[in-house]
Amino acid sequence: MKADKKAVLTGAHFIDGDHAAGEGAIAAGCKFVAGYPITPSTEIIERIAARFPLVGGMFVQMEDEIASSIAIQGAVWAGKKAMTVTSGPGFSLMMEHIGFAAITETPCVFINVQRGGPSTGLPTLPAQADMMQARWGSHGDYEIIAIVPNSPQECFDLTIRAFNLAEEYRVPVLVMMDECVGHMTEKVVIPDPDEIDIVDRKFTKKPPGEYTLFNTNGEMVPEMVKAGDGYRIHLTGLTHDEKGYPAMSPKVQQTMLRRLVDKVLKNEDKIRDLEEDQIEDADVVVVSYGITSRVVLPAINKARKEGLKVGHIRLITVWPFPELYIRELAKKVEAFVVPELNLGQIVHEVERCAAGNAVTKLVPHAGGAVHAPEDIYDAIKGVLTNA
Amino acid sequence: MARTEIRVAGFGGQGVILSGYIFGKAASLFDEKFATLIQSFGPEARGSACSAQVIVSDELIDYPYIRKPDIMVAISQEAFSKYSYDLKPNGILITEENMVTVSGDIASMYDHYTVPATRIADQLGRRIVMNMVVVGCFTAVTGLLKKDAVMKAIEDSIPKGTEELNLKAFEKGYEHGLELIKQRKEQVEEKA
Repeated sequence: MKADKKAVLTGAHFIDGDHAAGEGAIAAGCKFVAGYPITPSTEIIERIAARFPLVGGMFVQMEDEIASSIAIQGAVWAGKKAMTVTSGPGFSLMMEHIGFAAITETPCVFINVQRGGPSTGLPTLPAQADMMQARWGSHGDYEIIAIVPNSPQECFDLTIRAFNLAEEYRVPVLVMMDECVGHMTEKVVIPDPDEIDIVDRKFTKKPPGEYTLFNTNGEMVPEMVKAGDGYRIHLTGLTHDEKGYPAMSPKVQQTMLRRLVDKVLKNEDKIRDLEEDQIEDADVVVVSYGITSRVVLPAINKARKEGLKVGHIRLITVWPFPELYIRELAKKVEAFVVPELNLGQIVHEVERCAAGNAVTKLVPHAGGAVHAPEDIYDAIKGVLTNA
Repeated sequence: MARTEIRVAGFGGQGVILSGYIFGKAASLFDEKFATLIQSFGPEARGSACSAQVIVSDELIDYPYIRKPDIMVAISQEAFSKYSYDLKPNGILITEENMVTVSGDIASMYDHYTVPATRIADQLGRRIVMNMVVVGCFTAVTGLLKKDAVMKAIEDSIPKGTEELNLKAFEKGYEHGLELIKQRKEQVEEKA
């Protein structure tokens, strides 16, 4: 499927990441957004609220983030593509319903424009400190997909991909922006609708009576139905069997949970999106994501000019973590340098996957600004001296 | 010129962010350059010091914050006091003549130009276009952006129906900027 011609603002724009993410959602075919405004994500729903009446979408400002995160799932089961948008404190309130989306396999998109925390923290300033919350914030075992853009252009492109992945894997997909990317204005090129690939929902062709809600028929994910089409379904957050009915036995739990986790983990290589730069001969590889992946570049270029063998991996999908990739790379390099706008989150994943084969060095930052490139340069120099 | 860092500072509501937005848009959409705009803003929406950070470059911009601005535009005293600390020595400083007082010893550290933007805007009948006078002066004095690119960016960024007034304000500011450059050249020649 291609994007709807009426919905796509083809052309070059000078807009910020928030507005670009809103346009990405519209281009992806999103027709329902529920949200509660919160800095620094508000501009996304402002954009949506202004544009939806022109493209046949519905925006509802809900009473809070808890309601927003479940209203979108109602819209999905009514047949629409839907998302909600928030930042730190609102993201915390949404955790329960990320779990609900995971267990009910409801394809939906959450955008979190990260700001400094915990609690109210730094409303207008950046952080990347919700990365582990994105992965583990709801209780129980489950898998999600998390994508991290580093420019307004990617806020557009990757929001489309988020909707597509949500439909393909029937998982909540989290777009983990940050205040800097969200509020930065830059050129964004919106392509022709014919050049935008859209993944449509797989609705069943089976008649009511023959259809069961969670029977995958040997596929990765089951087909869906929508309210009003005459199918009687039971959708629950309880552990359920293929018919969707509550069945609280260890056997059903094992079958259900295994599939929820495997459909993501076993396709990690297909979901994986990362950028490699100069890693062929690298002794040290900087692993970064989001805005930090731009901040590291002056440091890497300076080190390279001095003859230091430094490479760069930019994680575009952070969850599922590219475990196999990092494991293999760790055997070829001496060290990883991991700068992030938190006091140590994704570095733990890198260190786990390095499994002692390479040194792992965190360059922490408590948030409120981005790193000084000098701090990253010093860390690169430091690991090379000590290695 | 690989990378030029610009700070536009004033108080919220003066059109500071729009000015920065126009510079960035002119560079990245109507010229073949790259640009980023970051706005620093506090929880207050109006009336406090605010600043737009613009980077214009011939190459893709990695680090999007300004570190040592090459150019600063200040249109309120508070914003000048708050943000002028990091302007590069000998950097271009453009201030609103009646809104900002710059002491002689500070002015001598920079390539300093003043523009009576409020007065010019008042003469045109609407004080609201003061920022466009400043944008015009900036365009003439810095030579960083093509004049027609800036004019296209203005037309593309303002409410429909206000083009004539805004472009007139831009033109007045531009003329003032050219005059300043001419005076500066004459001074240099006199010294020589």
